Order: sequence, then C-alpha cells, then structure tokens
Amino acid sequence: MTWEEMSPLLWEATGQTAQMVVWSTLFTVLSGLPLGVALVVTDRGGLLPSRPLNAVLGMIVNVGRSLPFIVLMIAVIPLTRLIVGTTIGTFAAVVPLTLGAAPFFARLVETALREVGRDTVQAAQAMGAGRWTIVGKVLLPEARSGLVAGLTVTVVALISYSAMAGVIGGGGLGDLAIRYGYQRFETTLMVVTVIVLIVLVQLVQTLGDAVARRLARR
Amino acid sequence: MIDVSDLRKVYRDRGREVVALGGVDLRVRQGEIFGVLGQSGAGKSTLLRCVNLLERPTAGTVSVAGQELTALGEAELRRARQRIGMIHQHFALLSSRTVAGNVAFPLEVMGAGRAERGRRVAELLELVGLADKAGAYPGQLSGGQKQRVGIARALAGNPSVLLSDEATSALDPGTTQSILALLKTLNRELGLTVLLITHEMHVVKGVCDSVAVMRDGLVEESGGITELIARPGSRLAAELFPLPEPEPGNVTITFTGRADEPVVSEVVRKFDVDVSILGGALEEVAGVSVGRLRVRLDGGERAAALGYLAERGLLVEVAA
Repeated sequence: MTWEEMSPLLWEATGQTAQMVVWSTLFTVLSGLPLGVALVVTDRGGLLPSRPLNAVLGMIVNVGRSLPFIVLMIAVIPLTRLIVGTTIGTFAAVVPLTLGAAPFFARLVETALREVGRDTVQAAQAMGAGRWTIVGKVLLPEARSGLVAGLTVTVVALISYSAMAGVIGGGGLGDLAIRYGYQRFETTLMVVTVIVLIVLVQLVQTLGDAVARRLARR
Repeated sequence: MIDVSDLRKVYRDRGREVVALGGVDLRVRQGEIFGVLGQSGAGKSTLLRCVNLLERPTAGTVSVAGQELTALGEAELRRARQRIGMIHQHFALLSSRTVAGNVAFPLEVMGAGRAERGRRVAELLELVGLADKAGAYPGQLSGGQKQRVGIARALAGNPSVLLSDEATSALDPGTTQSILALLKTLNRELGLTVLLITHEMHVVKGVCDSVAVMRDGLVEESGGITELIARPGSRLAAELFPLPEPEPGNVTITFTGRADEPVVSEVVRKFDVDVSILGGALEEVAGVSVGRLRVRLDGGERAAALGYLAERGLLVEVAA
C-alpha cells in the first residue's frame, strides 16, 4: 500500500476512534461520577449511609466490571437498539463503551473521594454544611487531582476498548488494523496504526498527568 | 454557656459495647476558657464532638448558648453549628482552596454574599495576623499558620463558643505558645467562650480558667483551676506536681500565691519540730503561683504544727 492509499483510511479511522472515545468519555463521566459519589456517600459512616443501596450499587458496578468488553458489547445489543435505533456503526459503539467504562470510572471516583480526609469532611459538618454542599464544595474539589488521574486511566481504557468496536461495525483504528493489517497482510498499515494508537495514548496520559499535577496543591 | 448533662456515649462494635462516655456533666460559663484534660482514650475527644453533635450521644443533653442542641432537627442543628466554631488538631483545611478561600467557606455555607465574604475574610485574616497570606495555599504554610487559618475560619460566623480539639498537639512548643496566646486574646477581646480538650498539662496551666479531669469516660473532678488545686486529693495537683509517692506520715503542703511567707520557719520555731524537705515544685497557674512541698515533720508538737499550717490557709495532706 502506498502512503496515498493509507492516508485517507487512517484519517477516517482516527476520526471514528476519536468520535467513539469523546462521546463515550462524556457519557462515562456523566454516569460514573454520580455513581462513584453514591458509592462513597451511601457507605457505612458516609454522608447518607444506606446499606441496601450501597450493596445494590456495588453489585451493579461489579457486574459491569466482570464482563469482558467484547462479551458486553454483544450482550447489550438489544439495549443499543433501544437507545440509538441501530446496532451497527460508530454511535452504536458508544453505548457498550459507556457501559463498560462507567463502572470502572465509578470505582476510580470512589477511590479518589476516599482519599479526602475524614477530618476535612467533619470540619465542614461542624461548620453547618449540608450533605450536598460537602459533596460539591469539599469532596469533589479536594479529590479533583485524583479524579483527573482516574479520568485519564479511563480514557486510555476507552481507546483500547474502542479497538474492539469493529465487531459491531464501529470502525476505528483497531478495526483498521484487523481488517487491513491482519486479514490482508498489510504490515506497513498495521505498524502505522499501532504507532498512531501509541501516540494517542501517550498524548492523553501526558495531558492528564500534567493537569492532575497542577491540581494537586500539597 | 455550654451545659452538658448526664452525657453517655456507647459504641457497639461487633456485638461488644464500648462505653466512651459514662455519664458526664459539664458547665462552661460565659467568657471562660475551660480545659478538659485527659490521656488519650479518656473520652475527651468524644465529649467535645458530642458538644456540636458530630457524634450523637447515646443519652443525655447538650445545650449551647441556651439552645438545646440534642432536641434540634437536622436543618436547625446546621444553623446552630454555624454559631459554634471548631478548630482541629490537624487543621482540616481544604487543600484545594487558598487561605482566603478556606476562611470564606463557612461564609458560603451561611449564604453570605460575595462582597460581604470579601470584607469578612480580610477582617478575620487581619485578626489572626495572616493578612499577607490570603492567596497562599495551605500546603505552603507552616503548622502554626495553618492553625491560624483554622481559627480565622472558626470565627467567621461570629460564634459565641469555640471548640478546640487538641489544637496545639501537632505544633512545636514555641508555636503552641503563640496559638494559646491568640486564643487568650480572642477570649478576652471578643468575650469568646472556649472549650478545649488537651492531654498537655501546660496548655491547661497556660490558658484555662476552669478544668475538668477525665478518665475512663468520666469526669473525675472539675472546677476553677486554682480552687481545684487547693482541694484535698486533687488529681490535677498530682499531675501538675509530679512528686514521688509519699511514704506513710509524709506531709504534702499546697500553697497558692503566698510563696513569700516564712511559714515553715515559723512552724519550726513555734512547735519545735524537725522539717526535712523531700521534694517540691512551684508552678505558675492561671496567672497565680502555686507551690507544693513534700516534707517529713518529726518531733515536738507535730499535730499542733499541722493544725497551724492548715489555719494559715494551706492545704495540708498527711499520707496514710
């Protein structure tokens, strides 16, 4: 394959990967962040302790985390049809990507929030702050460095998951590598795709680390 | 100002009951600095955290400034807490906010507007001597400076009461003194009532007007500090003057503010007794010098000599 032949394929695949990752990151944060907060808040000794709720949420997260992504992607096809209207294509891939990454991100959120000192939370309670003030003005801002670090890991995981999206016609860099690099023996394209993926992950990680470091004020 | 009555706190841990407070009564008067002294595990931290209901007591009542906190609903309790300042051993500042942001936090909770917050924060930082550190982050401050931020934050809601949870225990001796001096100043100038817990005698000695000694979840003794020391069998005095265990017949004399009267030589002359000094110490407590002398008194009119000492207003204790 010449560079002229590879170039449009690469551009298109990178665009699809970016699209899948950006959208699923957005939905992962929107669902995983509240889920992580809920896990911490409902825990024993939390701001709104509720054993049953905590157990149910914990189980949902564990179920989501225990399915291999490729299996999850197939298993949720009916749900995907319900939400997106179709089961193939880039947008259809966003549903399983989000479902796969949200529980993962929720656990990272949980860990980051637990790092906030108990005495900091109690100091806020002693000042008369309510639950949601404490979540919004103490827990989340104090944990922001850890949250960004968790988000970085999640985005990298999403880039890796999105490589499997070819199975449901989602396209993307992983799909390109499999279809051309593996099935058609286009070794050059395979190598270039791998390089693009590495660069992408490096960029995300470096950026995430820089932001996390800036936010850590200790 | 603070009234604690028959306060009990029992923790249940895997079926076992642990009694942290076994029925504590405490009265802190308006405008005084009240110290609760005790070893770790004595229950003093639980007691303090029950005063603003960070811990719900198992039984008993707590009133602050005439309001019974234990009877309040959640929203009312939050409002009441805004009028009770608290400072913490490890400062408990928000690391993601600047000094000014930390002091502004309680004002935000109270719903103060931006302009008012700015004005109050400047005032409070001035008060604790940190006006030049408004834009710094807690991570850039020394321990003493962090505690000053803690104090400014605690004062934001114009509290009538300040609770201090081992506020100087993480500080070096020099810084401890400056923080205690600040508390004393605030107590005097703002009429702030302070309830502090500590395991350090020198904190009690340095700033407290009244003290309660706690042990195993109970208050062993409490009252005005000089009055307490002059009381027979006082645990506070025993801790303040760590003299060796007396042998039977040894006499312990405690005197407050009259170290310059020659009572010992008078006794020797009048009653023909031999006095051997076994130990003694002099301490400055609440601005008054208090001394304790351990002696052996032999011969002559021993009983009359002891009676004379007691008559002179000294506390005389004879070891059995």
